[in-house]
Amino acid sequence: MSSPAQPLAASLVQSVDWLAIAPPTIAAVVALAVLVADLFVAEHRKALLGWTSVAGLAAATLMLLPLLDGDRSTFCLTGDAAVCSYTADRFTLVIQFLVLGGALLAALLSVTALKDARKALPEGEYWFLLLSSAAGAALLPASRDLATLIVALEVASLPAFALVGLKYGDRKSSEAALKFFLSSVTATAVSLLGISFLYASTGTLYLTQLADRVQDVDGQLHTLADTGVVLTLVGFAFKTAAVPFHFWVPDTYVGAPLPIAAYLSVIGKAVGFSGLILVTVVALPSYADVWGPALAALAALTMTVGNVGALRQQATRAYSAVRLLAWSSVGQAGYLLVPIAAAAYSGDAEKSIGSTVAYALMYGAVNLGAFAVAALVGRTKTLNRVADYRGLYASNPLSALLLAFFLLCLAGLPPGIIGLFAKVTVFSAAVDAGLGWLAVIMAVNVVIALFYYLQWTALLFRAAPEGEAAPHRIPAPLTAALAVTGVLGVALSGAPQLVLRFTDTGLF
Amino acid sequence: MIDINESVMQFLLAFVVVGPLLGAAAALLPAPPGLKGKSPEQAVLRHGVTVTGAVLIAAIVLALGFDHDQPSKMQASTDISWIPALDVRIHLGIDGISLPLLVLTALLTFLCALYSYFKMPAGPAPKAFVALLLVLESGTLATFAVLDLLLFFLAFEMVLIPMYFLIARWGGEGRSQAAWRFILYTLLGSVVMLLGLLLIGLKAGTFDMMALATDNGRSLTTSVQVIAVLAIGLGLAVKTPMWPLHSWLPDAHTAAPTVGSVLLAGVLLKMGTYGFVRILLPIAPDGFRTFAPYLAALAVVGIIYGSLACLALAKQGAKGDLKRLIAYSSVGHMGFVLLGIATMTPTGVNGALFANIAHGLITGLLFFLVGALKDRTGTTDLDTLAAETGAALYGKAPRLGGLLAFAAVASLGLPGLAGFWGEMLALFGAFQPAEGLSRPAFLTFMAIGAFGTLLTAAYLLIVVRRVCMGALPQDAPRLTDVRSYEFAAWTPLVVLTVVAGLWPKALLGLSDPAVQQLLAGGTR
Repeated sequence: MSSPAQPLAASLVQSVDWLAIAPPTIAAVVALAVLVADLFVAEHRKALLGWTSVAGLAAATLMLLPLLDGDRSTFCLTGDAAVCSYTADRFTLVIQFLVLGGALLAALLSVTALKDARKALPEGEYWFLLLSSAAGAALLPASRDLATLIVALEVASLPAFALVGLKYGDRKSSEAALKFFLSSVTATAVSLLGISFLYASTGTLYLTQLADRVQDVDGQLHTLADTGVVLTLVGFAFKTAAVPFHFWVPDTYVGAPLPIAAYLSVIGKAVGFSGLILVTVVALPSYADVWGPALAALAALTMTVGNVGALRQQATRAYSAVRLLAWSSVGQAGYLLVPIAAAAYSGDAEKSIGSTVAYALMYGAVNLGAFAVAALVGRTKTLNRVADYRGLYASNPLSALLLAFFLLCLAGLPPGIIGLFAKVTVFSAAVDAGLGWLAVIMAVNVVIALFYYLQWTALLFRAAPEGEAAPHRIPAPLTAALAVTGVLGVALSGAPQLVLRFTDTGLF
Repeated sequence: MIDINESVMQFLLAFVVVGPLLGAAAALLPAPPGLKGKSPEQAVLRHGVTVTGAVLIAAIVLALGFDHDQPSKMQASTDISWIPALDVRIHLGIDGISLPLLVLTALLTFLCALYSYFKMPAGPAPKAFVALLLVLESGTLATFAVLDLLLFFLAFEMVLIPMYFLIARWGGEGRSQAAWRFILYTLLGSVVMLLGLLLIGLKAGTFDMMALATDNGRSLTTSVQVIAVLAIGLGLAVKTPMWPLHSWLPDAHTAAPTVGSVLLAGVLLKMGTYGFVRILLPIAPDGFRTFAPYLAALAVVGIIYGSLACLALAKQGAKGDLKRLIAYSSVGHMGFVLLGIATMTPTGVNGALFANIAHGLITGLLFFLVGALKDRTGTTDLDTLAAETGAALYGKAPRLGGLLAFAAVASLGLPGLAGFWGEMLALFGAFQPAEGLSRPAFLTFMAIGAFGTLLTAAYLLIVVRRVCMGALPQDAPRLTDVRSYEFAAWTPLVVLTVVAGLWPKALLGLSDPAVQQLLAGGTR
């Protein structure tokens, strides 16, 4: 259609591949529908909104299936069909699956949380914000130009600020939202500045074109391009909650409703690191000598600070369980960064990226599972202290066993076999790239992390404190979330190939 | 010995590894009708005895079906692809090196389950105890049966969680701290080991132990081998344990319940030395040669250190704990094993493997006996037990005293019992180490090691004198002598100690061809 013989009008009108963009679009459309419907749905029927959103997310996830047959691109340049803004390749699909599946699980947790909150949380707004954020997060891995990337990033994170601060009249909640908002907006501003520098020096926003042109920038513009690269990277590093941009995490998680903390811990991370991968590996491979060492140092710092922070949590402090999960998610973000850093050194960048993707899938499943158990315990013990988990096995054996399994997966010890092998791929990416020092630091971190994960696990099987309440019924949505994550974790432990194959095959 | 179909052998080996895992899952479920027993506790303990018994029978049938004319050939091997992305294959197989360890593990676990059936350690419900015991068994058996580096690592890690809980939940005084020490030390070691394994696997392009052993380090540069041996050796040395990385061991042994100590000493420590023989010797020979003198030096330091620590503990007024003393003696005994491996000669390595088995039998028995002593007297403190004159166990419980004296002299290496051959061969190997190793250095090590045997004899005889002998006061209460279930649990160990001592060829005939082949590199 881009042949010069065609009339001008035809070349301006793009044909849109609706199937390719279906997953984020469905999420966005359902978000709007829910917002509008909120005005007309009677007060006692508000639960319908929740189930509509869950169905919408499920539909969006299912729409990934017809895309499996091959790579699709849309919103391409009319002059050059190879340069596109939206690409649904394997990388995109895997991350979209992680994001939408994770959002679906978070939505299941939210159904119960909203019901328990008894109108303390506005339902219509809640679902609208959650779905829009999920739509942005699903758009992000598919975007192949810097403008779409930033738009997607903002669509994913702006609703998240509101979600964090949604608890009416909760001082901690609004404070957390403000912290999150201010630091995030600063980061966005910084990366926007960086992107504008890059655009100024190369004249393009498309990642593939950028990769070519940034290599032979005019000598005068060299400094500008270099600054642009650094500023862009800093902005994306924030989104992964990498140290030193991590300080908002623990307070935000504690202040936010629990399902939102779960959502941020997985989808927020997925957004951050997929943006980082696109910027580093796809757009700026020629700057590998800049971002490689920087990311390696960042990874080492992040995992160390996160794990030490988790280690220092006192079991009896209020919300210590959520705090511990928050800090441990910072630590896990460090592991996720290791293969991206390794991609700078190894000959096969896609293989390294595959390790990050595989690890993220494992982490998504088990971390959401751990949050689901935390949500369950939080229903009766509102303070959600680690000490409250003492004797969980006696009152609720199945969920205690599941939590133990999830924690051991996160720690990477059998019986959490998938956690172990996901760590093995990360280690092997580091060793393969010659980053021995980083592998050793990670080894030490794995041991530190084991200490707090195992301490928590051991607590589950202790004798329960006196005066224990009778076990209560678990609501259906929570049961579903627990069942899905549990089955995923166990199935992956039996057949790790299901996620580890991404380390073996090309993603882009 | 008897001809068994190869696919039956494959099934048996797979069953030996997977069976305990299934048993552990079944132990957590409520007992089916008809198997409820007298109480849920009794039913689950019986379940443990049944499963470990079935595994032991399978292991014995494997040993019978094993082609004893070709012990260097991998038998009953299965090779299925599991995770193609990481090139991990479920590759199982046994040869003359792993078979004795496999049978020893199955035997000791069965005896422990049997012992617990009658004498459950104090602590929470036995359901979890049985499940953890079975997971532990599966992990150790898998360590000896797998032939893939990453699978080996998986099996190596699998024992950590069960052992942690066994110590932390059913242990004695100071158990929580001891359990932490155990798991953190071992995990730190094994994560470093993982880095070494990955280095080998990535540089050589395969994780298959057989292929790597055949390659004999030819596709790895010397520097890669040196780094890999350092990393892997560190992980294995923590587990073995080698001086100065042993400090988790005495605490863990002292705090662990009797069966925990038995399995820790009898089986878990062997995983370390087995790794040295199975992985480091054939796969990275050049790297190992670089470190062999240091390994030998640390091994003899361990021998002397362990013996001196034991001597100090055995002294009157030292408030020495008997379990701690046996733990330190393990450090010394494992020193001999490491010395044998470090010689890189068939003699030394055979000796090391023999000493491995002997230590498993004898120290397992010793821990059982000391546990029984603690049940009867309530203490393992030597000074409380022996007071001024001695505990006079010969008088109070003659059979128990006799068995303790037997285990002690077996442990000091009396010719004619199992402890003798391994240490003798290890020292003999050091007399003429492999080519490329400094003979004077190894002669020195041999001399020091030989001196260590004297010290070992000294402290064990002191223990026998203080615990078994002594004047029996008229009004002293008699202790219950050996009960029938204790006889049942201990007799196999006693018998095997004597048999291995009188007929060492049974074991050496199995291990020697396999060791020759490993050291020569390549399959015949």
